[in-house]
Amino acid sequence: MTKTVTFMTRNFNKYDVMSIDEYIAIGGFTALKRAITMDGEDIAREIAACQVKGRGGAAYDMGKKWSQARSEKNPEKVIVCNADEGEPCTFKDRTLIQNDPFNLLEGMIIAGYTMKAQNGYIYMREEYSHLRPILLNAIKQANEKGYLGKNILGVEGFDYQIHLYSGAGAYVCGEGTALVESIEGKAGRPRMKPPYIKQCGLYNLPTCVQNVESLSLVAGILNNGDTYKSYGPADCLGTKLVSVAGNVNRPGVYEIPFGMTVREIIYDLAGGVQGDRDIRLIQFGGASGKIAPASVLDTPYTYDDLKGAGVGVGSGAILVVDERTSVIDFLTTTQQFFSHESCGQCAPCREGNLHIKLLLQKVKAGTHTASDVKLLKQIAETMMITSLCGLGQAAQSALLAAMKHFPQTFEVK
Amino acid sequence: MAKINIKINNIPLEVEEGMTILQAAKLIQVDIPHLCYHPDQSVRGHCRVCSVEVVGGRKLMPACATKVWEGMEVFTNTKKVYDTQKLLLEMILANHKQECLTCQRNGNCELQNLSKRFNLTSPKLPNVVEKLPVENNATCIVRDLSKCVKCGRCAKACREFQGIEAISYTGRSSHFKVMSAFGENLEKTDCILCGQCTAACPVGALVEKDDTDKVYEALQDPTKHVIVQVAPAVRVALGDAFGMEKASIVTSKMVTALRRLGFDQVFDTNFAADVTIMEEGTELLDRVQNGGTLPMITSCSPGWINFMEKHYPDQLAHLSTTKSPQQIFGALSKTYYPKVSGIDAKDIVTVSIMPCTAKKYEAARPEMGRDGMKDVDIVLTTRELSRMIATAGFDFAELPDDDFDAPMGIGTGAGAIFGATGGVMEAALRTVYEVATGKELVKVEFNDVRGYEGIKESEVDLNGTKVRIAVAHGLKNARVIMDAVRAGKCDYTFIEIMACPGGCIGGGGQPIKTTVDIKKMRMDALYDIDESLPLRKSHENPQVKEVYDNFLGKPCGHLSHDLLHTTYQKVDKKYTF
Repeated sequence: MTKTVTFMTRNFNKYDVMSIDEYIAIGGFTALKRAITMDGEDIAREIAACQVKGRGGAAYDMGKKWSQARSEKNPEKVIVCNADEGEPCTFKDRTLIQNDPFNLLEGMIIAGYTMKAQNGYIYMREEYSHLRPILLNAIKQANEKGYLGKNILGVEGFDYQIHLYSGAGAYVCGEGTALVESIEGKAGRPRMKPPYIKQCGLYNLPTCVQNVESLSLVAGILNNGDTYKSYGPADCLGTKLVSVAGNVNRPGVYEIPFGMTVREIIYDLAGGVQGDRDIRLIQFGGASGKIAPASVLDTPYTYDDLKGAGVGVGSGAILVVDERTSVIDFLTTTQQFFSHESCGQCAPCREGNLHIKLLLQKVKAGTHTASDVKLLKQIAETMMITSLCGLGQAAQSALLAAMKHFPQTFEVK
Repeated sequence: MAKINIKINNIPLEVEEGMTILQAAKLIQVDIPHLCYHPDQSVRGHCRVCSVEVVGGRKLMPACATKVWEGMEVFTNTKKVYDTQKLLLEMILANHKQECLTCQRNGNCELQNLSKRFNLTSPKLPNVVEKLPVENNATCIVRDLSKCVKCGRCAKACREFQGIEAISYTGRSSHFKVMSAFGENLEKTDCILCGQCTAACPVGALVEKDDTDKVYEALQDPTKHVIVQVAPAVRVALGDAFGMEKASIVTSKMVTALRRLGFDQVFDTNFAADVTIMEEGTELLDRVQNGGTLPMITSCSPGWINFMEKHYPDQLAHLSTTKSPQQIFGALSKTYYPKVSGIDAKDIVTVSIMPCTAKKYEAARPEMGRDGMKDVDIVLTTRELSRMIATAGFDFAELPDDDFDAPMGIGTGAGAIFGATGGVMEAALRTVYEVATGKELVKVEFNDVRGYEGIKESEVDLNGTKVRIAVAHGLKNARVIMDAVRAGKCDYTFIEIMACPGGCIGGGGQPIKTTVDIKKMRMDALYDIDESLPLRKSHENPQVKEVYDNFLGKPCGHLSHDLLHTTYQKVDKKYTF
């Protein structure tokens, strides 16, 4: 257990999450106090120096994102904290909200200051409604103490408010444009891009969407950027929350330094596979992530190394599937998820998921032909290159990876 | 606009910045396949059939939604593009009720055309269409959701042209549908039956209710005297259905076709439009002089009337009580015409040819009839008439010329322009001016009220009294005006509103396809008809004079009031939002 680190999780269990005073007593809001003495561009630069990539799944350079958001000319801007966390096997954001809500708020307030936004929205998945009181209390207390509201900390014109919003629980609402549609009160269906939400997002305002984990890093980086940089290899600095689940002995959220091997994560942190069984496959980054056989175990957990191994960090989820589950059963379950969660507006995702479901049924029954397998691949690839949003583009990641790593699954009998 | 350099299929070309790949490809004579794209609507990029390769991109790009950039290199002709477009089409087709041979859009279906273009002769995918009941118990519009390809063009027409959203998206994944609220019959929703959705649908999911069989039956019945009236906007659009040059003026061929189809008399709604002006003009002057409700708003467009009854029921007093030309004709066809012809009204079947689906609903209103008879018995849209002509095997473009019949066959230029936005206003002004001032109007054109702009305003000097007027088309624009009227922030005296964009020339029953460019050509054609006619003011129409001298007495007189005016009432919707 000593292999975990406590950079993002440093405040866990150190204070009563319902008390802003206790948060302040352990050094809360010092990063914000420092931030308001700084130029926003320097804040973005400090984040960039830590090589932080967005933690929602797309891994976009966070410093660059902040810098771009700053350069948007509109006098009114919006920060959105994406707490939809709909990726199956992903529950790190929940842990952060549950254990350190004020740190998240502090990060969001610094984001507001940096990007000159007036409003911040936390879009939290409907299933986390039990966390609403924690966040509502944090927002209320932050207002009372002058960390939110008008002229925050005496800075003339620094007016910023945070709102909590929950949708109706659709997975696709984690997609940035569907998320803003949902906040606007519309059905959560992704918008066509361009325009990108960074220019025209929520209520047609420039909108910077950041994951909970990304924002939870901000205060720590402004306070102790050097500590953050001391973790991880030179090309992948820092720490990461991973949520490990599936057939492991100790599923849970672990803060790791980048560069730890997948084997260490699964066997040393998560306690190994239940019943010491063999691993059938590991899925990285949630249901939309790719899968790999156990040969991936010695890959260091960094963006580049995982990519080199044909998988990716994605949402930070690591799903371990042992030998009891066949590849086709795993794929069938994943497919059921996407067949349920596609918003249905664009043809490749709506129709593609339907046909893939039918073809997988044939593969499972062993009644498929060589042309069925060809078609399966063609539909999956078409979905990937033509779907309107990330959901459809990534829905067949597991299938395509399975076709590569587990060809025997699709062998025609 | 700045020019930028791009390459499509290795052909270099200089194009305007802001153009989409789809538009740019047309410059090198390439029509990139597309289904959900409609030139008059916002682009949502849902069908992805227009996916093309852009060098440097991992994914394909939707040509309808992707703007060109300097140095962009596009390929529309690679194997990857071909395979992708074909598979997308196959998937869409696999979820489409393929009853093509018995579909109203057979031969005029965008999916059918694409299927042919991609030679989809051996589909690889099973048909997965969900069999849903066809909603055909409505008066105007038939919906078959099993044919719907979820392109969203109908919903966009409803929202973007009309600002109504009677149909919108519901469900997700394979349950995604374009539906009315709670799947309710359209007539019970916010829908005003304008039929713009039927004109926007690329396939046969939304079509007009076909009433041609009723007409065939009447024409076959020897005891019936079947007469027909044709609306002003039909004659500049009907030719489109026969591949003639867009917006050709086909009035006299149309009369021949109708006569050869077996109608006993072929009359002109333009005549009734002139009568409308006599009534409505008189009504306007009366309201101005006697403190009636102002602004007065025109009442010719049945979609507009439905809109008022459903969406602004508190503002009904603003509507002119004058019936629409269709219903004025209908009333006269069952009262005046029997008197002149000696034919018993109960033996007369009155048929209308209209550019409009809502006219079917208007004719079916209980107040539009007398003595148990309907004033207008059957309403056909332009599309339905075109099908009857096709069924008869007429070579429409080559038909000889013929003229409308008396006593309801003469229309002035004023009646002709009723089919375009601003036309009713202009027609009314030509008459009202002369009646109010007692002076001859030398220049009959009121250019301020012409054209495609959504809301047009002007001021007319009537003997020293300045009268402010406004014209709006498309109910999204009408709503702007009505909100001002409701708020009392409106100094207009007279307002013309037509439900459909462009007016009746862009009606929901017109030949498919209709774009803004085509509508503008139809408008021009109507003004050409106006200019070509010897009489251009309604009150100069000799047959109109006859009907007043020999039958009605005077405009807004006792008999007119009985026959040519109507009332409106609030219509409750099943759901209010």
